[in-house]
Amino acid sequence: MDIFKIIDDFQRIDGDAAGRLEYATRRHFMSKIGSKLATVAVPTVFASIVNKAFAQSATAIEVLNYALTLEYLEDEFYKAGNAAANLIPASDKAIFAQIGKHETQHVAFLVKALGAKAIKKPTFDFQYGGAFGDVFTNYKTFVTVSSALEDTGVRAYKGQATALKADPQILEYALQVHSVEARHAAVVRRLAATVTANPAMKGWITGKEGAVPAIYAGEENMTQGGVNLKGLASKSDAAVTEAFDEPLTKAAVLAIAGPFIKA
Amino acid sequence: MNRLMKSKNNSGKEEGEITSVVNRRLFLRSAGLATSLGTIVIAAACNDDDPDPMIPGTGDTVDLGSGDVGVLNYAYALEQLEAAFYTQVIATPYSGMTDAEKTILTDIRDHEIIHRDFFKAALGDKAIKGLTPNFAAIDFTKRDAVLGAAKLFEDTGVAAYNGAGKLIKDDGYLVLAGKIVSVEARHAAVIRDLINPKSVDFAGDDIINGDGFDKAVAPADILAAVKGYVKDTITGANVGK
Repeated sequence: MDIFKIIDDFQRIDGDAAGRLEYATRRHFMSKIGSKLATVAVPTVFASIVNKAFAQSATAIEVLNYALTLEYLEDEFYKAGNAAANLIPASDKAIFAQIGKHETQHVAFLVKALGAKAIKKPTFDFQYGGAFGDVFTNYKTFVTVSSALEDTGVRAYKGQATALKADPQILEYALQVHSVEARHAAVVRRLAATVTANPAMKGWITGKEGAVPAIYAGEENMTQGGVNLKGLASKSDAAVTEAFDEPLTKAAVLAIAGPFIKA
Repeated sequence: MNRLMKSKNNSGKEEGEITSVVNRRLFLRSAGLATSLGTIVIAAACNDDDPDPMIPGTGDTVDLGSGDVGVLNYAYALEQLEAAFYTQVIATPYSGMTDAEKTILTDIRDHEIIHRDFFKAALGDKAIKGLTPNFAAIDFTKRDAVLGAAKLFEDTGVAAYNGAGKLIKDDGYLVLAGKIVSVEARHAAVIRDLINPKSVDFAGDDIINGDGFDKAVAPADILAAVKGYVKDTITGANVGK
């Protein structure tokens, strides 16, 4: 049994696994490595790590399944987009392949983390009840929907941070995914600026600039920590709103994402 | 009691050897960023005649403090560095800076100044002093040097906020950190796209792991990584504690 290989594998899915190992098993486990007891102790210890990491609270499971719903949506969207002939121009293929890769990884991670508690993949309607009828044939529509999904993802993860405080390791995972969605959003918004000839679309969100109003409602907020930042450091209102991304409640996100979900 | 002590010592030795291997592996994995930053700082601080990588400090020691104040001061320290860096970038534009680049870098400068001043105001009399940056290692006349440093600062900022999130106790502060970290991630992606347009680098495999995760790095490792860019000595042993 290669204990370090196993620790490494766990470290990949649970950044603090070895910290936990060290803490939980200092007396009972590490000193027995090399003895015949190790093979018995190992599975028990790892089972307890998995439980601690992934099943600490019902809230965490609910949040992870909520995240999984959105990741399923994104993953399937990019799978279809990347596979569609004559949709994404050659110059932009690398970008969407990379984004698609991450969404697939996020789904895989969440499914693994939730185990039997993972929800099933819903059936999606990317035409959004007809509003985006040409989403996989018209690059403009595709980029618009992509930027909308990514900015929604950023706002959705951000909205769950406080719900995960009791599960610090899961909170950290959520933050690590959250910033990846923000990287995606930034680069897709820049593509959208060119493709839709809208220079107001920057990598960051100015006011509530974005194609789908419901997704950007509240992004123009100027008040942080209870203080109106208007005029802070003599910077423009635009810069103040760009400097902060805003969270969205689960209800708001599900209202936005709902029409994408058929069943 | 003697027997217990003895057995503890015996296992302690073995335990120490094993955990040091584990820790080294973890460290190498999680400190990829710190290592790359450290290498650049050291490389830049050295010249052929002077192999000493030490950069002289101001002699001031700045303690970030403890608990949430410590985390906020930690963020304030990093935002101070970023704001100072981009202020310099715009004050002395590198050769060949396009209008589009200038617009982007000016936007980022403004965001970082807003972050800095916001933290300063939020901390009030608990705020650390204004730090003295040391950008001697950065050649502000060269596009590659400036964008390369910007990339490091932004990726570091993202990893720092991601690693500090779980240390924050107050809901309001946690949400605020979240509101800022995604903007830093947007900066990182745009800077990376300027360096390598239309490539995968905006969220490259050098920074995003096989689970599709950005980095999360603990304050001690971040402070070690940015040490060369500050003349003051920053101590953050109690950040979040």
